[in-house]
Amino acid sequence: MFDQIFNLGPYSSFIWPAYGVSALALAGATVWTLAAWRGAKRRLAALEDQQAQKDKP
Amino acid sequence: MQFLFRYANPAMFMRLSGAVLPYVAAAAVLTLAAGLYMGFNVPPDYQQGMTVLIMFIHVPAASVAMSAYGAIAVCSFLSLVWRHPLSDTAARAAAPLGAMFTALGLITGALWGKPMWGTYWVWDARLTSFLLLLFLYLGYMALWNAIEDETRAARATAVLALVGAVNIPIIKFSVDWWNTLHQGESIMTGDLAPVFLWPLLTMMAGYMLLFITLWLIRIRTAIVERRARNLMQRA
Repeated sequence: MFDQIFNLGPYSSFIWPAYGVSALALAGATVWTLAAWRGAKRRLAALEDQQAQKDKP
Repeated sequence: MQFLFRYANPAMFMRLSGAVLPYVAAAAVLTLAAGLYMGFNVPPDYQQGMTVLIMFIHVPAASVAMSAYGAIAVCSFLSLVWRHPLSDTAARAAAPLGAMFTALGLITGALWGKPMWGTYWVWDARLTSFLLLLFLYLGYMALWNAIEDETRAARATAVLALVGAVNIPIIKFSVDWWNTLHQGESIMTGDLAPVFLWPLLTMMAGYMLLFITLWLIRIRTAIVERRARNLMQRA
C-alpha cells in the first residue's frame, strides 16, 4: 500500500491536492461542528446556573 | 405522520440522537478508513492511471452534496405543510454541510478534469448545474440570515429550497439529456469494474455517515442554542 501511496505516477500533483483539500475540509467541518456544540452546551449550562441562583429563595 | 412527529419532538430527538450518535460516528470513521485502505490498493486504471483515486473522493462528495439538498427539500416540505419547527432546524443545519460537500465536489472534479480532459472547467450541463447547486446553498443560507423573524425566514427558505430541488434531477440526468464532457452513469449500469466499485461504494457510505454525524450534531446544537435563547429572554 505504502509503495503505491508514494508512487502515484505523473499525475500525483493533482491527486495529492485533491486528497489534501478533502481531508482539510472534512477535518475542519468536524472541528467547527464540535466546537459549536461544546460552546452551545457551555452557554446553556451557564444560563441554567444563573437561573438556579435567581430562583433560590 | 403522528409517529413521525412523536419522534421529531425536540426532547425525544435529543434523547434518540444522543444514543445513536456514537455508533454513527464510529461507523463513519471505520468506513472511511476502510475505504481509504481499499482505494489506495487499486491497480492503475487502463485509461486514467492513478488519477482514478480522485474518483473515490469526488463521487462521494458530489453524491452527499445532492443528498443533503434532497434532505433540505424534504424537511422544507414538512415544514411548509405541517409547520413543524424541528424540520426548519434540520433543514437549516444541513445547508453549510451541503455547501461544503458541493465545493469539495467542484474542486476535486476540477483536479480530476485537468489531467483527464485537459481543462479544469468547462461550461457543460453537469458542471454548470452542479455549480448552480453551490449557489442555491449559498442563497439559502443568505436568506436565512437576511430575515430576522425566524418563522418568516423558515417559510421563505423552505419555498426557495423546494424551487431549487428541480436542479437535483437536472444534475443527475444531465449526462443523459445533453452531450457533456463529464462521463455518464457507471455505478448503476454495472460499467465500473468491481475492483474500483467496492472502494467507491465504501467511501460513499463513509462520506454519508460523516454527513449524518455532523448533521445530527448541528441539529442538537441548534436545539441547545434555542433553549439558551429562551432562558435569556426569560431572564
